[in-house]
Formats: sequence, structure tokens, C-alpha cells
Amino acid sequence: MIPNEYLPIAVLFILATGLAALVIILGHAFGPRRPTARKLMPYESGMTPIGPGTRRIRVAFYMIAVDFILFDIEVVFFLPWAVYARELSYYGLLVIGIFTVLLLVGFIYAWKKGALEWE
Amino acid sequence: MLSETATVGGIFSLAPLVVFIPLAGMIFNMLFGGRLSQKLVGGIASAASGLTFVIAVLLGVALYNQHGEPVVVPFLEWIHIGAFQVDWAFRVDTLSVTMMLVVAGVGTLIHVYSVGYMHEDVIHQGDPSRFRRFFVFMNLFIAMMMILVIGDSYLMLFVGWEGVGLCSYLLIGFWYEKGENGIGNAIAGNKAFIVNRIGDVGMLLAMFTLFWVFGTLTFDEVFELAPEIAATTPAYIGLITLFMLVGVTGKSAQIPLYVWLPDAMAGPTPVSALIHAATMVTAGVYLIARSAPLYTLVPESQNVVALVGGLTAFFAATIAVGQNDIKKVLAYSTVSQLGFMVAAVGMGAFVAGMFHLVSHAFFKALLFLASGSVIQGMERGHHLEHHAHEHDLKPRKKKSKEPPFDPQDMRNMGGLAGRMRTTYWVYIVGALALAGIPPLSGFFSKDEILLEASHLNTTVYILLTIAAFFTAFYMGRQVWMVFLGQPRSAAAEKAEESPAVMTLPLIILAVLAFFGGLLNLPGPHTFGHWLEYTFEAFHLEMETLPFSLPVALISTLLAVVGILLAWMFYGRQPLEKGQEDPLRGILGWIFTGMQRKWWVDEIYHFLFVNPYIQLSHVFAEYVDWRFWHDWFHEVVLAGSFNQFARFLNFRIDAGIIDRIANGLGNGTQQIAGQMRQIQTGYVRNYALSLFLGVVLIVGYILLR
Amino acid sequence: MSIQEFLRDLTYLLPFTYLVSWAAVLLIVDLFLPDDRKGLLAPLAALGMAVGIGLSILQVGQQQAAFNGLAMVDGFSIFMNVLFLGIGLVGVALAYDYLKRMGLERGEYYILLVFSITGMMLMGSANDLIMVFLALELLSIPLYVLSGLARPQQASEEAGIKYFLMGAFASGFVVFGIALIFGMTGTTSIPGIVSTVSSGTLLNPLIFTVGGGLMLVGLGFKVAVVPFHMWTPDVYEGAPSAVTAFMSNGAKAAGFAALIRVLVVALPSIATDLTPVIWIIAALTMILGNVVAIAQRNIKRLLAYSSIAHAGYILMVLVAYGSAGLAAQAVAAALFYLVAYTLTNFGAWAVVIALEKKEGRGLMLEDYSGLGNRHMGLAVAMTIFMLSFTGVPPTLGFVGKFYLFNVVIEGGYIWLALIGVLTSLVSAYYYLRVVVYMFMRDGEPEVRRDVWVNLTAGVTAAGLVALTIFAAPLFDWATRAVLAGF
Repeated sequence: MIPNEYLPIAVLFILATGLAALVIILGHAFGPRRPTARKLMPYESGMTPIGPGTRRIRVAFYMIAVDFILFDIEVVFFLPWAVYARELSYYGLLVIGIFTVLLLVGFIYAWKKGALEWE
Repeated sequence: MLSETATVGGIFSLAPLVVFIPLAGMIFNMLFGGRLSQKLVGGIASAASGLTFVIAVLLGVALYNQHGEPVVVPFLEWIHIGAFQVDWAFRVDTLSVTMMLVVAGVGTLIHVYSVGYMHEDVIHQGDPSRFRRFFVFMNLFIAMMMILVIGDSYLMLFVGWEGVGLCSYLLIGFWYEKGENGIGNAIAGNKAFIVNRIGDVGMLLAMFTLFWVFGTLTFDEVFELAPEIAATTPAYIGLITLFMLVGVTGKSAQIPLYVWLPDAMAGPTPVSALIHAATMVTAGVYLIARSAPLYTLVPESQNVVALVGGLTAFFAATIAVGQNDIKKVLAYSTVSQLGFMVAAVGMGAFVAGMFHLVSHAFFKALLFLASGSVIQGMERGHHLEHHAHEHDLKPRKKKSKEPPFDPQDMRNMGGLAGRMRTTYWVYIVGALALAGIPPLSGFFSKDEILLEASHLNTTVYILLTIAAFFTAFYMGRQVWMVFLGQPRSAAAEKAEESPAVMTLPLIILAVLAFFGGLLNLPGPHTFGHWLEYTFEAFHLEMETLPFSLPVALISTLLAVVGILLAWMFYGRQPLEKGQEDPLRGILGWIFTGMQRKWWVDEIYHFLFVNPYIQLSHVFAEYVDWRFWHDWFHEVVLAGSFNQFARFLNFRIDAGIIDRIANGLGNGTQQIAGQMRQIQTGYVRNYALSLFLGVVLIVGYILLR
Repeated sequence: MSIQEFLRDLTYLLPFTYLVSWAAVLLIVDLFLPDDRKGLLAPLAALGMAVGIGLSILQVGQQQAAFNGLAMVDGFSIFMNVLFLGIGLVGVALAYDYLKRMGLERGEYYILLVFSITGMMLMGSANDLIMVFLALELLSIPLYVLSGLARPQQASEEAGIKYFLMGAFASGFVVFGIALIFGMTGTTSIPGIVSTVSSGTLLNPLIFTVGGGLMLVGLGFKVAVVPFHMWTPDVYEGAPSAVTAFMSNGAKAAGFAALIRVLVVALPSIATDLTPVIWIIAALTMILGNVVAIAQRNIKRLLAYSSIAHAGYILMVLVAYGSAGLAAQAVAAALFYLVAYTLTNFGAWAVVIALEKKEGRGLMLEDYSGLGNRHMGLAVAMTIFMLSFTGVPPTLGFVGKFYLFNVVIEGGYIWLALIGVLTSLVSAYYYLRVVVYMFMRDGEPEVRRDVWVNLTAGVTAAGLVALTIFAAPLFDWATRAVLAGF
């Protein structure tokens, strides 16, 4: 049923997954395990780690990141429009205008809500 | 048959009215009688009966005008099933008109009499509300009797036959809560009904056979075909006629089924007069006369019928001698006289039989009504007696310990002639007519039967002659015991004459009883010629025998001797209070036998009733209860059903269904609970589930 | 495309474009409202949606493709627009007092709700798989946020995150499905796909079918069918009741709108392959939804499983989508049942909202004890909703189920119909248990008397019974909506 041309990919997929699993399982089963406190420590480039391994990151980072994506997309759309602005004429202007207005509304909202303030 | 419709007209179209007028009277009284006075209720009922009589007279006149040519008046289509066609059609011929005249004529007189009689009766019995009911039943009876006699087919006749049986039952048990032990009247009614059912089985068998053989039940068609069938298979006709005889013995109280009639005296006396003396009980005689074209074809049957009649006449006459109850004497006399009639029609002497039927209707109705007058006279006397002691309570208490006063017991009577003049005289007329003393009606009619018997059947002639002698004797005995001598009770001393509404019909009946013989005097034979029209229609020769002086002399002589003997025993030395019947000393056990009705009831009880009860006991106790109910129902049916139900219940229902249902309940709860476990709350599990779904779907699509 | 065409196409989609603008306006308005006056947004949002309904109704009879066939205006889209806007209105009505009472009065609720509605409306009009995806995201993302509206309550946050993660995961499958279909046909336009299939230029039918299957998965997640349902109870329970009420109706209706568009219009050619899948999914959904609901003591979870079960019923009718004679009838029955379900579900949620108290109290079945004595009207209304859920006459739920089973049996799927009937019987157990609690147990339930909630409960209850009389015209309308679009 599976088309022939996809068969090698499936074989590769199964082989790769199987080999990886096999190595882990073999190591887990036969490898010697003598755990010491030092061996169980997280690896921090030879430094003694301080605090928990996972750190909480401020939500403000995410806010900035989302805002960044917002403007990133804006650029993605603006650039092609700017290149072809002459050909697209007023139609292009109208469309990009609508897009910008919507974006602006969102931006004003985020701004007013304080998403851009660090503290 | 329907082609005659066009020719029927004028007065004959009134024929259906003889049924519907009494029915209308009955319905009227049933609906509105409750608000009307007794006089009005009785008046309406009597008027209905009287109007019926007028119609009957008109029919008779019309019939006479066309020389007795029978007329069939179609009325309604009734049963049409394939070849089986029976219509409501009214047959007007001399025979049916004769019966109508008797029924309606005597019936009207009895209705009028009843207005007076029942007025007092309901007071004595303590329920005046039943006055109306009585006349409703009486009108219904007239209507049913009319259907019986005017019907054009055996089926219609049977409808009337059953209808009058019902009325008889209703009226015998009219005071159903009275009588011996408060149930005697009801038992008497039951007895009449059950015994009549035995006869009806015969009637039904006769009709089934008739239809099977003839394919029709209409008189005309049956009689037309009868000679043909008799020529090939006379046995059929014999069978039919003998089956009919069974019906006749039931309805007309012949051996062996006569036992119900004496008990039927439990009904009010007018009922005894109308139904159990004058009309209904003669239906059997009418049936045989009507079926003359059949009977004449099979002499063997005729002999059986004649013998049954003769034996009954003799047998019942002997019992009548030993009775002390005024109505019982008359009842057995009626059985005996019916025996005369049945013997007559059995011998083929249809005219003689019918003639005796008519004259008997006159004098026996007269005698019964007069006896009713006597009874009420006694009641009145008893009542007055009672009143005399009203203010003196203590003796009454003592009195109550004595057997209750019986106004019908002749031993309590005596000397009533002085106190009830009219009743006495009409009673004398009736008694003489019954005894067969010339020139009263009974003489002529009885003489004619004896005359025919002397020619046709010697055995029957001898039986009838002896019966006639006994008749004269017991009537003499009765007259002396009731009316002459000294009063034997306080009630008899104070007895009072009845009112005019009762005595007037008595006088009319007395006149009829006296002069009734004129209808069919030897020589002119008016009645015989009148009836001949009917029989000639079926080519039956009615030879008229010449008057025979020896026969008449013998019968008259015997009657006179009987009366003289009665005088010897009861007149010369009137009975004293509490005295033994003088006959007992002379006849010994024979009189005891007469008194005890020859133990027929006991024999029947021994032979039929007890075995029947035993059998029903066996059936009820063993077959029905022990076998059918206890074993078959309880064990086989209920038991196995229970077993099965238990199986279903515990094994299937509890075991499987319940488990499934509980499974559905508990199981779903459990499954639900377990499925809930899947809902771990971890997004990774949810995502895995989603991914599994994707894998399954894609796998299915790819590998399908 | 000229500017005139663009403006014309905008007017074709006027209810949608207008509502998007209105949502943007509300977003700005919200910024300038003081915290204690956020309730003002409720009438504004309601006004906007009411106008939207008016605009939609004005479109009745139109049949146009807009934006180069990306979107359609047809009977189906109009029908769905009215339904979605109606859902939005009720969502606002239920939320107004509830949010205040729960201390959740945030303007975003109304704004996100309107945005979600716009997504749903776009879903109804979508005529291109890209548009389907876009609409799906547009309606879903506000719902993710709304689920977490009761932040910092853990349950609400958890619901929001779970819904978002699962939704994103499912969206991935939709995109993957669209990609496969695009790969096999070279187009994402629904008419284009149909013409490619019928012209026989399909690159690989199998991959195409897999693409359809994956879209089924993604959309099945939205409408919450087994085995893509697992988020439902957690999200429904964790999200504020008003949000759940809106979500359980709006998302479901939109999901089915998309399913109908995709399956019936775009993919009728692979019906023979998808029908068994739909069969199994519908059967599993009906069984699991109804059975697990029995074990629920929390009314919100109970309604969540109930919503899963009803998704199964609606999906059940789509097994017949492939047969030419029955497709329209099946869609009509599905739409009709959607309406019946929406009315019933909103009514039930209204009662839940009336009884809910702070910190998630008043949500257990025991809390409904004695409702029949204390608040007869509410209890009777709830009884009607439960009967309608069960499918007992004289309620619209019964009529809807009748149409569903009718189509399924006509399609020859007797066993599926049997499963549907049997699971309906099972469902009686837990639906009627609510009635038993209300009328046969003693208790002192406290009820928040709010005019809008009461009105919702009353109107839906009355409508459920009264509309049974107009069931036939209503069904006719649904049928006409379908026939006009297909």
C-alpha cells in the first residue's frame, strides 16, 4: 500500500530510531552504575552550580518576544509591499493600511497595558 | 310466501299489534309506572290486555269472513343465513286466533282481578313497590304468549316458548324472599325453570332435527314437505315428534316432568290462574295441535303421546285427592286435566283437545281466582283476628311459637260459604264444570275426549275415565272442606268477601265456565268446524264422532258417584279442627302415598337430583378442584409456570438480565470510573491520546 | 484585483469585516475605561453583534465568492453567521453579571469573545483551506486566552495552557493535512480541490486521503470527539463558566461548520475512506462521552462530557455525507441539531452560572438538591434542558435527534443508529439524576438572581418546547441554507 518511493525513508526512519533506542537500552542494561554525589551533579562547565537547575524567567521576556514577533511579521509584510508598492498602487496602499491599522490597534493595546514596560 | 304480502291487508295488518300492545303496556308501566297510582298501573296493564283481546276478536271476525282461510302477515326479516330463512311473520288462522282469544280474554279478566288481588297481596307481603312489577311481568307474559301462538315458524314459537318460561320463572319467584326458609319461592321458581330447560332440550332437538330434515322451520313449508318425508323415512318424523313430546311434558307438566307445576303455586294466585292453569301450560297442547300434520303421520308417536297424557291425567288425579293445600289440589287437577288434553291431541282428537283447552281455561282460571279470593278472605280474617289481639302483647308471643298461620290450608277453612257468598257460588260452578256435570262446559269438552278415546285407544279411555271419577271426588272434597261445615280456625270465622274488582271477573268466568259448552255442542260442532279450517289447510280429515250416550252416561255417573263419595266422607260429618282425614283410615298407605305425591319428588331426588349433586360433587371436588385446580392448575400449570418463572427470575433475569442491567448500571459506573482514570490531567497524556488517534486514522487509511 | 473589487469583496463579507473593526474599536475603548466600568463593554459588544446579525440577515439570498474565492457568502455562511452572532449575544448576556460577581470583570472578555466570533464567522464563509486554518486560529486563540481569564486561579490558568497546547498540537495536524492536500492537488481552494479530483489529476490519492484524515483530526479536536477530546473536561471545568458556556457552543458550532465545509464540499471523493473512520469516531464518542459522564459529580465536567457525547451525535450524521442523496439532508440535520444543542446547552449553562459561587463552589450535583422547592422556575427550566439533552419529547432535542437518526438509518447505518439510541438511554441516567437531585433531595441552594441569566434560561427553555411546533419550518430553513450553499 505504501508507495515504493517512500519506502527507503520509512526504512531509514525505523533504523535510526531503532538504533538509537537500542544503544540507550543496551547501555542502560549493561553499563556499570556507581553513582556518587559528584557524578549526579548538573554539569555547569566545571563550576559548582548554585540554585535549582531550571530558573524561572520573567514573563516580561515573553511579552517582549511576542511584541517582537508582531513587528517581525509587520516587516515581513511591509517589505514585499514596499518593493511592489508602485504596481499595487492604491489597492496595495489600502490593504497595507488596513493591516497597519489593525497592527497599530494591537500595539496601542499592548503599549497601554504596559507590555513594553520592564518594571 | 312474501307474495302473500300484497293480499294481506285490512284487519289482518293489525296482527302484529297483539304482540306490541302488551309490550307497549309493559314498557309504559316500566318507565312511568313508578309515578302512577296502583289503579292506573293496573288499569293500563288491563287495558293493554283488553285491547289485545279486541284485536284478537277483530282477527277472528275477519278470519270468519273469509271462511277461515289462514293468513300470514309478514312483519320483519329476521334470520337469513344461506338457505336458513326465518322471518318475523304472524300466522293468523283459526287455531292461533282461538289461542289468542283465550289468552287475551282470560288474561284480561285475570288482569282486572289482579288489580284487586295484588293490592292486598303487596300489603300482606310488605312491599307495595312490587305492584307495578307484577303488571310489567304480566304484560310481558301476554306479549310472549302471543308470540308463541301467532308465530309462523317453530323458531318464533320457540321464542315465545322461552319468553313465557322466563315470565313464569319471574312470577313464581315474585316474592322471592318469601316461602320456606325465606327461599322457598325462589327455589320453586328455579325448579320450574330447570325442569323446563330439560323440556327445552327436547324442543331444541326437535327443531334441529326439523331443520336438518326439512331445511326450514316455517310451518307451511314443513307441513307441505312432511308427507313426502314420511313416505321415505318416517323415522325422522317420529324422532321429531317424540323430541317435541319431551318439550310438551316440560311445558305442559306431563309425566315425567310435571313436578314443577305444583311448586309453581308459590307464585301469586292470579299467576297460577293465568300462566299455570289457563294459558302457558297449554302451550304444549297447542304445539301438538299445531304440529298435527306431523303427528298424524306417525301413529306410534301419537300412541306414546296419548299414553303419557292418560297416565298423567290418572296419576295426578290420585295425588290431588290427598292434598290439603287449596291451590295444590287445583295444581294437580291442572296437571290431570292437561293430561286429558295431551291424551286427546295425542290420539288425533285435536278438536276435542283444543275444546277442552278452552273450557278448562274458563273453569280452571275461575277456580284458581276463586281460591285466591278464598285465600285473601282467610288472610283478611286472620288479619282481623290479629287486630283483636293487638292490645294484648303477651299472648302473641305465645302464639308465635305455633306454626305460622297458613291461609291456603283447607284444614283451617270450613264454613266459608256463609261468609263469602259470591266466591262460594262461582266456586260451585267451577267445581261442577271440572267434575264434568252436564250441562256445564267441562262436561261437553271432557265427554268429547272420552268419546274419542273410547274409539281410538281403550287403555287411555279407561285411565281417563278413572281420572274423571277422581276429579269429581277431589273437587267435592275440596268444596266441602272449604266452604261447608264449621270454621276450623279463627281466621275462617272472620273471613271476608273480596271486593267487586275481584268478584266481577269471577262472575264473568263463571258464566263462561257454565255456558262454554255451547261452543261445541254435539251436533252443530261449531268449534270443530271453526278449527277444521286450519287443519284442512294441510289436508287433515277431521271426522266428527256422533254423540255417544253410553260414554256420556258413564262419565256423568262416575262424576256423580265421586261427588256423593265426597259427601259421604266430608259432607255428612264435616271435619273437626285437627281431625285426621277420614280417607286415611280407609285407604291407609295409599292415602299417604296420595298425600306424599307418591314420593315422586323424593324418587326424583334419589334418582336424579342426588346422583346429579353427587356427580357434580365428584366433578367439582375431584375433577375440577382436586384434579383440574389442585393438580393440573396448581401443580402442572402454576407449578411449572412458577418453575419456569423461577428459572427466568433467578437464572435468566437475576443471572443474566440483571447482571447485564446491573452491569449496565454498575458496569457503566465502573467503566466510567475507570475511563475517568484515563483522564489524568497531564497534557502529555492528552497529546499522546491525540497522537494515537492520528496514528490509528492514518494507519487505517494507509493500510486499508 | 482593483480597489473597487476589493471594496466590493469587503462588503460581501461585511458582517465579518464590520465586526473585526468593531472589535478593534472595543479594544481601544477598553483601554480608556476605568477598571470598575469595564461592564460598559458588554452592551457595546452586544450592540455590535446585534448589528452584525442585522447585516447578515440583509445578505439572505446572496451567493458570492469574495477575495478570489477565498471566502463565500451563501446560505450556509449566513445561517452560521446568525448562529455564531446569536451565540455571542448569549455569551455576553451570561457573562455580564457572572464576571462582576466573580471579580473577573475584564474588558478583554468581551473583546476576545467578539474576535472569536469573527473567527467563527470566517469559518462559516471559508472557501479555501488556508482560510479554514486562519479562521480556526482566529476563533481558537481568543478562546485559549478566555479559558485563562480567571488568572491567577490555578484551574483557569491550567485550562488556558492545556487548551492552548492541545489546540496548537491539533492545529499542526490541520496544517499538515492542508499541506498534504495542497501537495497532491496544487491548490488550497475548495472548488479547486474538487475540480482537481474530478479531473483525475490528483497526484496521489492516498496522500490526499491522509491529508483529509489529518484535517478530520484537527477539526475533530475542535469539536471534541474521541480520541481528541481529552482537553475538554479539564478546560470546561477550569475555565470560567461563562467562557465555557460560550466556548462549548461557539467552538463546537464553528468546528462543525468547518468539518461540513471540508468534508462535504471539498472531500466528498474520499467519503468511502473517511466514512468508516467517522463511524468509529462517532460511535466511540457517543459511548465514551455518555458513559464517563455518569461518573461525574461536578456539573461542569458533566456538561463537558455531555458536550463530547453530543459532538458524537452530530458527527454520527456525517457518516452519510458521501452519499449524494443524503448529504444535504445530513448537513441539514446536523445544523438543526446544532441549533437545538446550542439552545439546550446555553440554558443548562445559564442554570449552572446562576448556582455557581466563588472559588468553584456550587458546582456539585449535591448543590442542586432542593432546587425544585426553592426555585421552581429554574428547576423546571433545567429539567427541560436535561430532557432536551436526553432527547425526550416535547423538546427540540428530541426533534433534532429524530432527524439525526432518520438520516443515519436512511443511510443504512443501523448499528450506528443503535449505538446512538442506546447511548441516549445511558445518557438519561445522568441527565435525569440532575432532575432527581433538584426535585427529590432536600437542600437549600442559593441562587443568584440575575435578569439576563434568568432570561436566557427562560427563553431557551420556552424555545426548546415551543420550537418543536415549528420544527418542520426550522428544518426546512436549515435544509434551504444547505442547498443554497452546496
